[in-house]
Amino acid sequence: MAEKSSDLVQGTLDMLILKTLALEPMHGYGIAVRLEQMSKGVFRLNAGSLFVAFQRLQRDGLIRSEWKATENSRRAKYYVLTEQGRKRLGSEKREWGRQVAAIARILEAS
Amino acid sequence: MSLLRSIASGLRSLFRKERVSQELDEELNGFLEMAALEKMKQGMSRKDALRAVRLERGNLEVTKEVVRSAGWESFLEASWRDLRLAIRLLGRSRVFTIVAVLSLALGIGANTAIFQLIDAVRLRSLPVKEPSQLVTVQVADRTGIRGHQTSAYPALTNAIWENLRDNQDVFSGLLAWDSNGFGLNPGGDFRPAQGLFVSGDFFRVLGVRPVMGRVFAAADDRRGCGLPGAVVSYAFWQRELGGDPSAVGSKLTLNDHPTEIIGVTPPGFFGLEVGRSYDVAVPICSQAVLWSEGHWLDEGTVWWLNVVGRLKPGATLEQANAQLAVISSRIFQATLPSNYPAENVKDYLKFKLTTVPAGNGVSWLRDQYSDALSLLLGTAFLVLLIACANLANLMLARATAREQEFAVRLAIGAPRSRLIRQLMTESFLLALIGGALGLALAQILSQFLVASLGTQGDPLFLDLKPAWRLLAFTLGVTTLTCFLFGLAPGFRASRLSPSEAFRTNSRNVTSGRTQFGLRQILVVSQVALSLVLVVGALLFSSSLRNLLAVDAGFLQKGVLITDLDLFRRLNVPYAGRVAFKHDLLDKIRSLPGVVSAAEVSMLPLSGGSTSNLVWIEGADRTSGLESRFNWVSDGYFKAMGVPLLAGRDFNDRDSVSSPKVAIVNRTFAHNLGLGANPVGRTFRRQATPSEPEQTFEIVGLVEDTKYLSLREEFSPIAFLSAAQDAQPDPSAQVVIRSTGPMSETVSNVRSLVSQVSPLITIDFRPFETAVLDGLIRERLMAKLSGFFGLLASLIAALGLYGVMSYLVARRTNEIGIRMALGAQRHDVLSLVLRNCALLLAPGLVLGAVLSAAVAQAARAILFGLKPTDPRVLVAAIVGLGLLALLACLLPARRATRIDPIVALRYE
Repeated sequence: MAEKSSDLVQGTLDMLILKTLALEPMHGYGIAVRLEQMSKGVFRLNAGSLFVAFQRLQRDGLIRSEWKATENSRRAKYYVLTEQGRKRLGSEKREWGRQVAAIARILEAS
Repeated sequence: MSLLRSIASGLRSLFRKERVSQELDEELNGFLEMAALEKMKQGMSRKDALRAVRLERGNLEVTKEVVRSAGWESFLEASWRDLRLAIRLLGRSRVFTIVAVLSLALGIGANTAIFQLIDAVRLRSLPVKEPSQLVTVQVADRTGIRGHQTSAYPALTNAIWENLRDNQDVFSGLLAWDSNGFGLNPGGDFRPAQGLFVSGDFFRVLGVRPVMGRVFAAADDRRGCGLPGAVVSYAFWQRELGGDPSAVGSKLTLNDHPTEIIGVTPPGFFGLEVGRSYDVAVPICSQAVLWSEGHWLDEGTVWWLNVVGRLKPGATLEQANAQLAVISSRIFQATLPSNYPAENVKDYLKFKLTTVPAGNGVSWLRDQYSDALSLLLGTAFLVLLIACANLANLMLARATAREQEFAVRLAIGAPRSRLIRQLMTESFLLALIGGALGLALAQILSQFLVASLGTQGDPLFLDLKPAWRLLAFTLGVTTLTCFLFGLAPGFRASRLSPSEAFRTNSRNVTSGRTQFGLRQILVVSQVALSLVLVVGALLFSSSLRNLLAVDAGFLQKGVLITDLDLFRRLNVPYAGRVAFKHDLLDKIRSLPGVVSAAEVSMLPLSGGSTSNLVWIEGADRTSGLESRFNWVSDGYFKAMGVPLLAGRDFNDRDSVSSPKVAIVNRTFAHNLGLGANPVGRTFRRQATPSEPEQTFEIVGLVEDTKYLSLREEFSPIAFLSAAQDAQPDPSAQVVIRSTGPMSETVSNVRSLVSQVSPLITIDFRPFETAVLDGLIRERLMAKLSGFFGLLASLIAALGLYGVMSYLVARRTNEIGIRMALGAQRHDVLSLVLRNCALLLAPGLVLGAVLSAAVAQAARAILFGLKPTDPRVLVAAIVGLGLLALLACLLPARRATRIDPIVALRYE
């Protein structure tokens, strides 16, 4: 438990999951691994926060799930980005960009 | 959209729990497998890989729990589990549950019931259009009003009403009414109905629209109208006419006169008098037909119409009063009756009409019971406080006793929030059951109150509405108490580390002081508040006892009151009436068991009264005094058991044509300075509307009797002979003293009267009952305050018992050691009782101070004792003290039975 999800900026986990799924449908473990790879090991996610986030996103209609076979021919639940989720990702990315830029401006002001 | 999906998904998890749980298991297991495989690829053993994954990603069992409890459905599920657990736990500690629920129900129920009554009697506006605009029109300064006052409220004569109605521009609408009894006789059987005489505009001004048919219009109420129809109340329509729509247009017989029902008023409308409902309303003009004789339409000295005006929009009371002042002199000049006693004519001409707000209706009931109801509400509020204190005590005791349970649950990993939720669920459940029971109790109690305020033949009507806001308030207070005192220890326990909790819970050698301070304070305040209620109960019951023990001057037992409606249907001219009544009385006197029978016009303590100025013949009238008057036949004093001190009773020689005679009481003789034996002296009585100023010769002296109420001092009374009344009323009131059983006398008199004439209607009531009916307020206060006082004492004793038991349990070790060291039983007993006294004494002292302050509020209602009567206080302290000692004695005895060996080995 080197890194906890609470180290993530509040509310960003959902966005990151959506981003991960925007590339292709993926199962839970795959998402966790992908997030680690893309963040170069900065975010190592606890299963609890990850699966609570899946449930939340599913209930909000941003992702849906289906059982499929993995490349190792195991059964796994794959999560798929919905149209609504794709839209949400776009708007969250814009908002995130705005906020980061604003924070950067504040921090760099001297 | 997403909300719907969330609900759907939540419901799915709720109802297909197995399936959803399985899916989650499978998914998480897959997650674990995949992660482990990854590690194994890097050369780890399977066991190490699984362990590494667990360290990195967290325990999967915990994850499952976290995911499951993230959805809303898990909250429901947990609540349901909590609720079931709460029910089980409450069911297991039955005594606790019963006492807690009863405390709640009592506090909530009593307050709600009494508030409902106060709301109906005092606070609520009339169910008519814009009641705040309604004002009563009355004479401002009533000195000099002469004649017959028939209304319980300040009323006007018909002449004044008609003149005001036709010549005013003060109000946007004006109405008059009088409540009166009608005889309802479909098929010859006489039954009384609550009647209303109303002016033509009555319903229009009030804005009351009929639910069926029509109501009266101004045109219906004009002189010579006959009996132009009747409007009935919704309740009467339902009760007597079966709610049949065809009732409108059907016939109704009032006082033997047939008329047509023209309409039905809405369910909420009961008239303008709070405490009474009406059955049938007829126009004022129909009195000429309904009453076979002596109607009041042209009587300038009968004050019987209650007049109510509706202020013009935006107009104030002051403006209306100013305008009325202007037109008053013209109205009173135009209506001066020719028979108005000369000495008061200038008063009459100076009368001014004025207005008082009438938006809440008029109410004899309100005047009579306002104080009593406020006191009862205060009492109920104290009960609520005691109930809350008791509840707090119980919750504290329970939570403290459960500290160990909490510690165990925390130790095995229950989150603190779950513990607190469990406690809240229990509190909530208690409050819910208590509240429901309280609501039911409130309805029963207020119905009981209404029923006990009414009397036989004069039922009380009150439109009771559930007092939701007050119910919410009392429920809120009690629930808050539950939560506060149920949760506080819960928080404390949950903050303790388990090891600490285990330690505090093991019995210490000496008692721990934790939590005990608060409970002591609660018990002390319970004892104090209970003492206030016990003092109240004793005050009211002694007051009632004093009233019942008052020497009224007559013997109430064995006297039967008989109301005879003689000449309304049976046509006997004035000249023959005295002889007819004399004959009837003689027949009654000869019935078996009858000692005496006599006519009386003003039954003592019935509320009717006549008084006039009297002075010694030849003296200056300013030396005179106000004396009460009564008209009785011979035998009255014998029937009532009033000793004749000197002179004679009335007899057959006293007649309309013989010189006027009077029998006076002792106070009359004394106050008028007539000495010990006034027989043979004469006095003058001032002129009345029906009789001129005249002289009476005193022929007898009787012992003092009460006239209007048991509370009053003896006052001067002059008894005049009923046989010397030139215009006897169509009805007569007869008192019969008999030695036989009352039911026998009733049936004997009934058959005798029906032999004389079937047209006479007759009604009986025992005099004793009538006197008790006059003491309803006192009896109610005594009954209810006694009930509350007893309950409060029981609750306080229970609280004391609980605290003392707890104390003994906590100190078992100490007591065991003391006994092992040689303490005797009585040492232990006195140890516990000393502790008990430490709680009791401050409670009683505080209670005594409180009750001395609070009892002042009851001063007006008490009779024959002061609010701070020391005997009452001492009796209350002794009574409550003994009960409390008993509550302490039980745990004390338990303490003496402690076996030192067992106590010490217990750990």
